[in-house]
Formats: sequence, C-alpha cells, structure tokens
Amino acid sequence: MRDTAAHDLTVVPIRGEDTGIPILTATNLLLDKGDTALLDIPRLQVQNHGPTLIMGPNGAGKSLLLRVLHGLIRPTRGQVSLAEPFDQAMVFQRPVLLRRSVAGNVDFVLKSAGIPRRHRKARVARALAQAGLTDLARQSARSLSGGEQQKLALVSALARKPDILFLDEPTSNLDPTATQSIEQLIAQANRTGTKVIMVTHDAGQAKRIGGEVIFMNKGRVIEQTPIQHFLQSPKSDAARHYLAGGLLI
Amino acid sequence: MQNFASIFSNAIGLIWSGDPALWAIILLSLQVSIAAVLIAAVIGLPLGAALAVSRFPGRQVVIVLVNALMGLPPVVVGLMVYLMLSNAGPLGVLQLLYTPTAMIIAQVVLVTPIVTALTRQVIETLDAEYHEHLRSIGLSRLATVPVLLWDGRFALMTAVLAGFGRAIAEVGAVIIVGGNINHVTRVMTTTIALETSKGNLSLAMALGTVLLIMAVAVNAVVGLLGLRARQVAYA
Repeated sequence: MRDTAAHDLTVVPIRGEDTGIPILTATNLLLDKGDTALLDIPRLQVQNHGPTLIMGPNGAGKSLLLRVLHGLIRPTRGQVSLAEPFDQAMVFQRPVLLRRSVAGNVDFVLKSAGIPRRHRKARVARALAQAGLTDLARQSARSLSGGEQQKLALVSALARKPDILFLDEPTSNLDPTATQSIEQLIAQANRTGTKVIMVTHDAGQAKRIGGEVIFMNKGRVIEQTPIQHFLQSPKSDAARHYLAGGLLI
Repeated sequence: MQNFASIFSNAIGLIWSGDPALWAIILLSLQVSIAAVLIAAVIGLPLGAALAVSRFPGRQVVIVLVNALMGLPPVVVGLMVYLMLSNAGPLGVLQLLYTPTAMIIAQVVLVTPIVTALTRQVIETLDAEYHEHLRSIGLSRLATVPVLLWDGRFALMTAVLAGFGRAIAEVGAVIIVGGNINHVTRVMTTTIALETSKGNLSLAMALGTVLLIMAVAVNAVVGLLGLRARQVAYA
C-alpha cells in the first residue's frame, strides 16, 4: 500500500447503526500476533438486507475478519454475537473437497449438519442439479475442474440452507465463465434469504453482486457504505487509492 | 559345505513340493504377524490421527517419543515382554511365555509405534488441508478423526503394510518370547537363524526366499496403493 497510513485511520461513521436489528455484531474485536494488531475493530454491525462485501488491499485482514466472524479463529479479545443462533457455512478461496465422489461431498456436509438420511438424497440431487453437476455425481470430486470444484463447494455449503454464507474470494482462481456461474449461485442464495458475506478483490464483481461494502485497511474497518456510494465516491483516501489501483491494473 | 546353487535348488524344491513342516512355519509366521499388525492398526490408526489433530502442551514431546519408538530394538522389546510374561513378572499368571500369543504381544509393541507415527504424519498433512472446512461444517477436532482416517485410507494402508514388513522380518523379539519351539512357536525368521547355525542351509534358504518374496510383494502393494492414493487425490 502507498504512504497513506496517516489518512487510513480516519474512520468514516458506520452507516445504519440505528436501523433494525443487525444479524451480526462484533464488538472490541482485537486479534494480534506479537506486537502487530492484525485486526482492530471496535464495532462492526452487519444488517440482514443484501450481501455484505469485504474489500481492501492485500494484508488488510479481510480473510481474518471473515474467519473471526465465522468462528474459525478466536480473536485475542472482543466478541462476535449473532442475533439468533444462525446456521452458517463457508466457502474458501481454494475449494476443500473430500476424497469422495461429487455426490458424497454434498452428502457429507448434510450429514454433518445432522440431516437424516431419508432427506439427504433429494437434497443432494437438488444441489447437484443447481450446480449442473448431476451427470458427474459419481465421479471423484477431486477430478473436477477448478470451476466445477468451486461450484460443488458452494452448492454443498448452500445445501444445508445456511442463514449466513461466508465466502472468501470464491472466484479468484476461476475463469470468467466459472466466475459467472458462481456469481449466479450467490445471487440466487441471496434471493432465497441467505445472508451473503463475501471477501472480494474485484470491484466489477462487487458491483454485480451489490449490497454494502466493508472497506478494510491494515486490520481496521475504514468505511461501510452501499456499493454504489463506495465505487463512485469513496470517503476515505485509502479507499480512493485502492479503487484507483484496482481499476488501473 | 554345499555350494550355493545346490542349496538354492533344494530350497526351491522344498517350497515347490509343499513340504508340510515348511508351510506350517510360514503359516504361523503369517498368523502371528497379521494378528499383531491388525491389533497395532486398531490402536495406532486412531491414536496417530488423534495425535495429529489434537493440540495440548507437550504434544511435540509425545511426537518425538513416538517417532523414536519406531526404531525400538526388537531384542529389547523381546526382553521387556519376556520380563512381563515370565513367572516372576506381573503377567506371569497368564502363562503366555513361549506361546504364539506372547509373540503377537511382542510384535504389537514393535509395530504400534510405527503405525502411530506414520498415521500421525499422513493425517497431519490431510488435516492441514481439511481442518477449516471440517471446523466450518461444525465438527469438533476429535470428530474429524474418522473423516480423516477414511479420506487417508490409501496412504494409511502403506503405514499398516510398513508395520507388517517390520513384524514379519523381525527375529529378536519373537525368539526371546517364543523360544523357537518346534511346531509351536517356530516362525520363518527364527527358523532361518536356527537352521543356518545347524548347517541346514536348504531349509533356511527356502524360508529366506519366501520371506524375500513377501517383502517384494508387500512393497509392490504399497507402491500400487500409493499410486491409487495419488489418483484419488488428483486425477
């Protein structure tokens, strides 16, 4: 990042703190490693309307924040609280697939969610149809292409009908066609009431998916605004630099 | 002293003719070592996997210890098991000394660390890949053990076969606790040691040949399983 450190600390007031009940609230979040604070977020609220996109330069702490919110990483202090005991799922940058068949992977996720066997078969079939993988159901999951693997990971996560879906740059390794089908699945999940919280680097993708942006830099949340506002008139210097760089490259 | 060629042709003749004494020895060897490896697998696979996924103070020390136990000298294991099972020992009442059961016990002690240590390595690699996903879908660390064992099954077969290779080829422990009693506790390795010292080189060579063939076969199976594991992983 450029030498804008002084400006990065200007925190723009967070939007909508008084509208409705947030689905997820983080308070006094601190994650440090030695002397460096990897995350330092006094307060963050995520509402349940539209997707939430976490953006920011490399090393900003986006993936860490996502993992802390999902509960994979325990923060040094502070807490994340959910409005209700929501069911959550996560899709990783590199899809994690078990050494089983395509259908076996979906079935495993459903089984882990405690869904009885008699309901699983139909839901596995529906998930595979959604991803266009029905014909490959019995094939080894790890023999799929990168795009197919990520689609499988995504529909596996969605098969348990999570209330919140976390995605960590799910399309960063994919070609445009695969990216498009992943984005369609995400949009569909959003329409059917799953709260999408997603890390992305791609301003174009952010625009297509819509919702609000949480812009991070150096472990802090710099601004939280609707995507259109963010792309057209970012309030912080850091975000302006980030978007300028992001669009130039 | 017979020459090598005649010893070898006699040995082949013994194997080919289906000499009952020879085959009884081979069969006992297989029974003892297979039983020992199965028991070692039942203990070592879950133990190694649990060691791979657990985090506790002193874990690294335990790993170093288990790795070190892979190289246990068989005669020392034989001696320890002997002391345990001898009449004066704590398990003397069981009257197991000089029985195949005693030999199985000694080989279990030898093989379990091998299976445990190799399992720990295999599962730790797999866990590095899987653990965020498995945690994300709600499995506790220990609940991931069966999943990891199943998904690592091909690589783990090689761990078990490595244990079998160790057991079937080992002489020091079984000769001490088994006593090399004819028709009772005489296995391939102990027979080779005895017959060679008696000068009955044909029988020793016959058994040695069978042992070598088994070693090659085990390694071939390990190689094929490794190939299969890679296919499952990436193909």
